[in-house]
Amino acid sequence: MRVPLNWLREYCDPAIDPAELADRLVMTGTEVERLETIGPSSAEGFVVGRVLEREKHPKADRLSVCKVDTGDGERTIVCGAPNVDAGQTVAVVLPGATMPGGMKIRKAKLRGIPSEGMILSAAELEIAEEADGIMVLDDGPAPGTPLSEVLPLGEPVLEIEVTPNRSDCFGVHGVAREVHAITGAPLAADPWAEDAPADGDGEVTDYASVAVAVPELCPRFTARVFTDVQIGPSPAWLQARLAAAGQRPINNVVDITNYVMLLTAQPLHAFDLDKVPDGELVVRTAGEGEKMTTLDGVERSFDAETVLVCDRSGPSGIAGIMGGQSSEVSEATTRVLLEVACWNGTNILRTSRLLGLRSEASSRFEKQLHPELTMRAQRIASRLLVELCGAKLVPGTIDVAAEIPSPRRLPLRAARVGGLLGMEITQDEQKTYLERLGFEAEAAGEDLEVLVPPDRHYDVTREVDLIEEVARVHGIDEHLPTTLPATGGAIGGLNREQRLRRRAEDALRDHGFDQAVGWSFTGPGEAERLRIPADDPRAKPVLLANPLSEEQSAMRTTLLGSLLDIASRNAARGAGNLALFESTRVYLDGEGEFAGDRPSPYSEPHRFAGIAVGSLSPRSWRGGGEAADFFAVKGVLEALATQLGVEMEFAPVEQPFLHPGRSASISIADSVAGWLGEIHPLVCRTWHLDAAVGFELDAAPLTAAASLGEESYEDVTTFPAVYQDLAVVVPAETAASEVRAAVLAGGGELLHAAEVFDLYEGEQVGADRKSLALNLEFRAADRTLTDEEVAGLREAIKAKLDEIGGTLRE
Amino acid sequence: MLERIEEIRAEAGAAIEAAASSAELEELRVGFLGRKAELTTILRGIAELPQEERGQVGGAANRARKELEELLEARAESLDSSELEAQLGSDRIDVTLPGAPPRPAGHPHLIARTTRLIEDTMVGLGCHVAEGPEIEHDYYNFTALNHPPGHPARMLQDTFYVQSHPDVLLRTHTSPMQVRSMENQPPPIFVVVPGKVYRRDSDATHSPMFHQVEGLAIAEGITLADLQGTLLAMCRALFGADRELRLRPHFFPFTEPSVEVDVSCFQCGGSGELAGGERCNLCKGQGWIEILGAGMVDPNVLGFVETHGYDAEQVQGFAFGIGVERVAMLRHGVPDLRRFFDNDVRMLEQFS
Repeated sequence: MRVPLNWLREYCDPAIDPAELADRLVMTGTEVERLETIGPSSAEGFVVGRVLEREKHPKADRLSVCKVDTGDGERTIVCGAPNVDAGQTVAVVLPGATMPGGMKIRKAKLRGIPSEGMILSAAELEIAEEADGIMVLDDGPAPGTPLSEVLPLGEPVLEIEVTPNRSDCFGVHGVAREVHAITGAPLAADPWAEDAPADGDGEVTDYASVAVAVPELCPRFTARVFTDVQIGPSPAWLQARLAAAGQRPINNVVDITNYVMLLTAQPLHAFDLDKVPDGELVVRTAGEGEKMTTLDGVERSFDAETVLVCDRSGPSGIAGIMGGQSSEVSEATTRVLLEVACWNGTNILRTSRLLGLRSEASSRFEKQLHPELTMRAQRIASRLLVELCGAKLVPGTIDVAAEIPSPRRLPLRAARVGGLLGMEITQDEQKTYLERLGFEAEAAGEDLEVLVPPDRHYDVTREVDLIEEVARVHGIDEHLPTTLPATGGAIGGLNREQRLRRRAEDALRDHGFDQAVGWSFTGPGEAERLRIPADDPRAKPVLLANPLSEEQSAMRTTLLGSLLDIASRNAARGAGNLALFESTRVYLDGEGEFAGDRPSPYSEPHRFAGIAVGSLSPRSWRGGGEAADFFAVKGVLEALATQLGVEMEFAPVEQPFLHPGRSASISIADSVAGWLGEIHPLVCRTWHLDAAVGFELDAAPLTAAASLGEESYEDVTTFPAVYQDLAVVVPAETAASEVRAAVLAGGGELLHAAEVFDLYEGEQVGADRKSLALNLEFRAADRTLTDEEVAGLREAIKAKLDEIGGTLRE
Repeated sequence: MLERIEEIRAEAGAAIEAAASSAELEELRVGFLGRKAELTTILRGIAELPQEERGQVGGAANRARKELEELLEARAESLDSSELEAQLGSDRIDVTLPGAPPRPAGHPHLIARTTRLIEDTMVGLGCHVAEGPEIEHDYYNFTALNHPPGHPARMLQDTFYVQSHPDVLLRTHTSPMQVRSMENQPPPIFVVVPGKVYRRDSDATHSPMFHQVEGLAIAEGITLADLQGTLLAMCRALFGADRELRLRPHFFPFTEPSVEVDVSCFQCGGSGELAGGERCNLCKGQGWIEILGAGMVDPNVLGFVETHGYDAEQVQGFAFGIGVERVAMLRHGVPDLRRFFDNDVRMLEQFS
């Protein structure tokens, strides 16, 4: 909303610097996006002149040589405008003055004839966007009169971003009321207080009729009729105001409707009454697919919820959004029907969005205006039509209204004001602020009884809304104390799972993985690129109804895809070694475990996932730099498990996106919690990677099983442990985990640990056999183990190994 | 016999003293004390000596043997250390070669690091961390947050909806956890809610996915002044101890009164001008940087959890939502929101 300051000052003039006013508005809740000046920065040297003579330039067809009276005498000015003529009152800039944009005016010779100044067009003064020629002013002001007395020159304009609750500030008068409230400067009488004389013939009902078929969508429709309308350009002051407010002047009738809308925030629409058959208007919803051509020349098609203003021959306008061409006011118009209506804001917003058509009117109506405002606009517009167009107002107003909401009365308790804000505002102050804002406020003991004005009816509905009003006018920035809440001994903190998740992230980082944050959405084709079969639940993601693109239309079911995307992008940029992880959610069918009465629509398990491309260990002159393989990443997961105090079990598994022989499931507490493996070469190829190793692990089982932070003391000093190595020969296909399990079973409680530290395959153990070396730690909590005891345990281990076809290698 | 023992002792003693290497010393040990050595033979033959000589000869031989053993041991020690010195002297490395690199640590993502920073600050002020669903019911995201049915934010243009569930959407803010948290726990409640949020917008200053941290404090007697104090403490933790705050009245459907919060610019100190006199580029000469939206929780919102103990006449409090990307951009000079989701390792590795 553009608010020209001179216009604002007509209703409230706080007599402070525009920048300071902008600041005050900002600090009391009216966002000022910009403070700009249109026209010359100084009015010095801009005067009214009268063209005394005009002659054609002897050497140039398109130039005129004019004698102009500028009050200080006659001067010669060469002018290029086709419309300049003797007798005109014009705007003149004199040598020495500075034009908008900074050009300085000097005496000059144009094709040999000296010129002292310039006759100005509206565009040159930035009063209008474009102009066909010079601006011809109304006769009256004497030559030499400062132009700033006739036209707004160097006008500061406040560009205001109106919050959606403040429909009143979509009008200059609403902003003026706000300025009145925050500065205390006097507010002029309501501009709608006085109506126009009704000098027309007959009654309005003789000329027009209105029927509203959808009162719930059109709470009020008022119409007045004007005869003897003389269409023409608006006076310069009106054109300048509209231009300053960002509206293009069209003709006096249309300009008046725009002017009144910019003043009151209530949009209006003028019909050429002679183009409305029998003056009959009907407000109804459109038939599905019904069409009309709007004022902007576009043919539009409507759905059944669109409200139309129709005459007997069909739609003549989209209610509250844009009129149609059929009954547009034109040069030939002599009788005008002026519509000022109130529409259902939600419906207007819906239709405007649906049609992709937003207008000055719709942006106001969609905020829900009060039906009372219609008559304010009728009165102001009637006066202007009579004054500026020579129109005669036909007595009476057509007024089709559903029930008008009764005025809202609200209590404002003193205790609540101080209690909610934490600052005291006296009853007198509260009363003053509210009255300045247009509320009526009466003391009731310490409290106030408040009556809400119609233009704030839908915004201020509760006591707390009044508290906001008094708080912001009082000045939050200036007066609000800074305190901390009494938390009543509440102790903050992360819960166990959150703490452990952080530790896991830190562990992955410590082991060389960079944290990435990928998109939650992916394309529905990702599953196929990962070779996941169509009947796999991971190939059935949650789909968005209105994605920005196909590539962002599905919620990811695995973190692998985006890690591959990220790795691929980085590899394309030349990164050779990559280790990346994400710690975030996937989106699956089922309910999630979140706080709240209603279960979440989907399950959103938190996961850790990583990918390694190239080497995890840096290359140096001593070696290193070998490409990460299954075991390199498994080692990182084992280190993670150790740090969290979790037992992870790995078993062969097939995943469509993994190398079938180099992939494992990860189990925690006997349940599968994730996968680990070398990425399938075909998947790597799809992502333009040579090779990659990845993993994905659910956070919940990991953190649930973690002993980190909850470990108990174990006595390892009183009785020494016995350490022994064990070499076991088993069939080549026997899994190391099986051997370890047999050893642990044989060793029983006294075998504290058994870890594989060597693997040998070769001649010494024979074909189809392998030898595994394990380090054993025997320990008893209550005694030192004897050699005989340990020897007995070795025999037991030997027996267990025998069961799986293993022998001890002595 | 006794003389012979003395001779052996003297001869062996001199030879041990003169030995030049551990190998030579071992030869001497075998020669003088081995199984075939003379002294060993003497000791073995003692039983065959006459009764009266046995004591004397046996004592002398044993003393000699013990003495020689001690000499051998002493000489061995001295030879060991000199041989070690000689060996170390020839063992040289090029100390100027680079060291063996440990596996380098990875890097936190700025979003994760900044989220933790905000969480930790609020934990210090007494908050718990709550987490809620990103795919959410319209009810929690809009209805219970006092957005009327036709509210613009609910339109398809602004909010992602889930196919086949018209009332299920991607949350547009972390605020749905306000009502979820209050359903879960009676007052007093002090929580922060970090997480991903989604809006249907994509350009240099808007990302369809971004991150927020929500704060919610409801108890008896919590005031707007308390909100100001809390935010001041948080902003000082994020942007420096000298920061000041400015609360500008604003409008949000789910808070009343609502404020937008500016923090004094930490580049120019709030003056809007840099040392050289030119306009501060960070705050665009304003001296203030808009940082978050906040307000007192609207009684209508509390009305949705009245049966859970939240009577708007009894308890009240504040809520705020801060954008993680915005904080990270300001703190670290990241110029474009989209950089965070590009995950270029050359950027990731700048932050440890």
